[in-house]
Amino acid sequence: MSTETPETEDSDVPDPQTRRLKEKETRKAAKEEAAADVIEGETVELKVFRYDPEIADKQEPRFDTFHVPKFEGMTVLDALMDARDRYDPTLTFRHSCRQAVCGSDALFVNGRQRLACKTQTVDLDEPIQIEPLPHRPVVKDLVVDMEHFYDQMRSVEPFFDPDELPGPDQQQLQTPENREQVKMSTRCIWCGACMSSCNIAAGDNQYLGPAALNKAYRFYFDEREGENRQEERLKIVEEEHGVWRCQTQFSCTEVCPKDIPLTEHIQALKREAVKNNLKFW
Amino acid sequence: MYEHDVLVVGGGGAGLRAAIAAHEEGADVAIVSKIHPVRSHTGAAEGGINAALQEDDSWEDHAYDTMKGSDYLADAPAVETFAQTSPEEVIQLEHWGMPFSRNEDGTVMQRPFGGLSYPRTTYAGAETGHHLLHTLYEQVVKRGIDVYQEWFVTRLAVTDEEDPEDRSAHGFVAIDVKSGEVAGFKARNGVILATGGAGQAYDHTTNAVSLTGDGISMAYRAGVPIEDMEMIQFHPTTLPSTGVLITEGVRGEGGRLFNSEGERFMFEYGYATNDGELASRDVVSRAELTEVNEGRGINDEYVYLDMRHLGEERIMDRLENIVHLAEDFEGVNALEEPMPVKPGQHYMMGGIETNEHGQTCIDGLYAAGETACVSLHGANRLGGNALPDLFVFGANAGRHAAGVDLGDPMIPVGPDDDAERADVDWPVEPGAVEPVVEEPAADGGVTDPAAVVETAVEAEKARIDELLSREDGVEHMEIRKKVQQAMTEWVNVFREEEGIKKALKEIREAREMYSDVYVTDKSRTFNTDLQHTLETESVLDVAESIAMGALARTEFRGAHWRKEHQERKDDEWIKHTMLSWNDGEPEMWYRPVLLEGEDTEWEPKERSY
Ligand SMILES: Cc1cc2nc3c(=O)[nH]c(=O)nc-3n(C[C@H](O)[C@H](O)[C@H](O)COP(=O)(O)OP(=O)(O)OC[C@H]3O[C@@H](n4cnc5c(N)ncnc54)[C@H](O)[C@@H]3O)c2cc1C
Ligand code: SF4
Ligand code: FES
Repeated sequence: MSTETPETEDSDVPDPQTRRLKEKETRKAAKEEAAADVIEGETVELKVFRYDPEIADKQEPRFDTFHVPKFEGMTVLDALMDARDRYDPTLTFRHSCRQAVCGSDALFVNGRQRLACKTQTVDLDEPIQIEPLPHRPVVKDLVVDMEHFYDQMRSVEPFFDPDELPGPDQQQLQTPENREQVKMSTRCIWCGACMSSCNIAAGDNQYLGPAALNKAYRFYFDEREGENRQEERLKIVEEEHGVWRCQTQFSCTEVCPKDIPLTEHIQALKREAVKNNLKFW
Repeated sequence: MYEHDVLVVGGGGAGLRAAIAAHEEGADVAIVSKIHPVRSHTGAAEGGINAALQEDDSWEDHAYDTMKGSDYLADAPAVETFAQTSPEEVIQLEHWGMPFSRNEDGTVMQRPFGGLSYPRTTYAGAETGHHLLHTLYEQVVKRGIDVYQEWFVTRLAVTDEEDPEDRSAHGFVAIDVKSGEVAGFKARNGVILATGGAGQAYDHTTNAVSLTGDGISMAYRAGVPIEDMEMIQFHPTTLPSTGVLITEGVRGEGGRLFNSEGERFMFEYGYATNDGELASRDVVSRAELTEVNEGRGINDEYVYLDMRHLGEERIMDRLENIVHLAEDFEGVNALEEPMPVKPGQHYMMGGIETNEHGQTCIDGLYAAGETACVSLHGANRLGGNALPDLFVFGANAGRHAAGVDLGDPMIPVGPDDDAERADVDWPVEPGAVEPVVEEPAADGGVTDPAAVVETAVEAEKARIDELLSREDGVEHMEIRKKVQQAMTEWVNVFREEEGIKKALKEIREAREMYSDVYVTDKSRTFNTDLQHTLETESVLDVAESIAMGALARTEFRGAHWRKEHQERKDDEWIKHTMLSWNDGEPEMWYRPVLLEGEDTEWEPKERSY
């Protein structure tokens, strides 16, 4: 097993902030262009992946094209719901909160993992191609089986577990700095976008993957968990299919809708593992 | 058939808390939820959780604010239990690792919220609900509690004695969304409904698409009364295009509301001269719509919420999420421009009637969270009071269902023989379109619990087969839209008699259309078309009961504004509206509000902010 920490610098990868700003610019331009609220007669063209194991003429995967009326501020989820409600009630996808917190509508849109509800259609080239998350078994249309993802999340023992607790009416103090350190890692909404974008995870089904490792980071760096617990956590992330599989390709960081610096978090865990090993020399 | 001691329907805050509590009492618990628990709408809560944690704050003050906020339609024993228990529940959450925002000294931070006399709202950035939901789910994983996720519960298995109070619940029927399998779930000790709100009765709502009021409809149809359904909270700051919520925390931190003339109307037009933007939600919602109706709105639709003066640092520290929401869903940069906002359906103060132990009048059937009405929020819920409601009453329901003796409840449940009956002229006949024969679940005389569940499964299989075999009819979406539009048009922030009657007629038509509903998708695999069709029936029940309550209550109290009745009529209306399904024929009756608890007694006072 290698204990070297690869360099994290990689200038080719746009960081999430730059990406966000760029998208904003595009949107602003498009907004100025489209003065009216509903753009008369204009439609958005969607190419949507279809598959149903049960229905004879849908067993062969195919793409269906929908033209849905355009409106200002339209998201990919709006477009999908409209296509379903207007033209084809059998069109199947998961969605719930429509505000980027439930994590149920991560999809492969124009070749990239995105939350449909927070992706504006004006930011995309048409036809907008919508597919289920890659590297997951498809249940039907855009719905994939998420069990494996949940299993990986569970395998890092994703729960706070301090050695001792203060009395029932007392708080466990946490410094604002420590909270700041774990803050980004606590934002994960379990959408699975990162895992689906990861080449390593695609080739190694047992690799814990970015979301689960990020979850481990969240607890490992919480100053309130005891040393023994920390050591156990390191063991889990250091195992054969843990942190050392990560080849810092940044694809997870790039797609995470919550802008969590996943690669950085994995690197931080690697550094801890190295430090920990040194302790025993 | 699946079997557990305690079965919890719903994996939001209330369901998870209930499951943990029951598990801690040694029960074999399972959670059955139509979406994976972390996808529940509790995750969308932004603002915070109220609890009297500081030394110079007290549970009595929290109780006072809650009672006043409720416009004296809350029951004192519920308010007491709530205000007394919230602090320990919040500390419990903290012990479970909830990443609260922290003060310099490492203690959890609290901030001011609307209608509170003390800054007692604990929070975690502007994504409190997300952290809360995940923290609770982590504890569920830690305890190894069984979760049946993406199982859609459609019907309770309840015995069919004449009097609902003699009935007992033994489980329910659910559809495995992935495979379409229809299966029975049997509960040895109890079933806890924690299915959340029902915002889908309106077309502009902060609620998720999954919030269709299934629990309310199932309990109602099994014979449990539903309470104060007219009391719908409209949140004053939602984004106009989507209904996405902009937390009250923005106003708590000092955000200001402006009309198109650039006036801070809350002060300038005297809506709330003392508290301004931080008056309670009903007051601010009406103020905004009045501004719009009087021509001082923007684009005849909304007003502005401005937080620029707070400065980027403070905004990014405490309200960062709001900047992203405004950007992603409205295309507005809230650091540089004011945000457009308008009122949207947000919360149901009413729901399934329960006592403070979470019990309903049916033995073994419990409810907690937004779907329940223990009568804590009365006519208007204070921001930050819903989340602690989930823990306090969720935990009680879990414990009681697991067999813990919580003592005698003070709040009565169940229809009462000498209750005051409502005398309302309904413009159309409400309730079932065709005579109901075999509601609730069991056939006459079935007493073996497994047989009660089996009977319900058979009935449900037949219903679903029939739905799927129809070749033609009306699509559920058409029906749902009709209901949503009627509710938005006529049973919204402002209500008047003629309008409510129109709404009831529209809902009746929608019910009739529903007799012809058909499902286009014939596949059993992940059939969302079928699911939405079944949910639409719940939406119909919920919408109808809201409109009925709104027509019956001829006064102006809290969220319930009536054009013809511009005053709070304490002599006549310090009472709850109760609605019983009565095998398909809804009957309305009243129950007096309990203004006296164990430690407190309340005298209704005028509400001013
Ligand atoms: C945008 C927003 C912001 C809010 N902010 C705050 C705040 O800052 N502070 C505060 O105190 N309150 C807030 N509230 C209110 C509060 O968040 C909710 O009242 C509360 O989270 C509801 O929790 P619940 O557990 O009752 O339901 P939910 O979290 O909605 O969970 C419902 C569960 O029931 C399941 N379910 C539903 N029907 C079925 C069925 N038929 N079969 C199986 N499962 C089913 C769902 O899958 C889900 O798991 C906010 C609400 C919203 C919408
Ligand atoms: S880390 Fe980001 S991309 Fe991965 S599951 Fe969590 S929110 Fe989704
Ligand atoms: S619908 Fe919830 S994240 Fe998109």
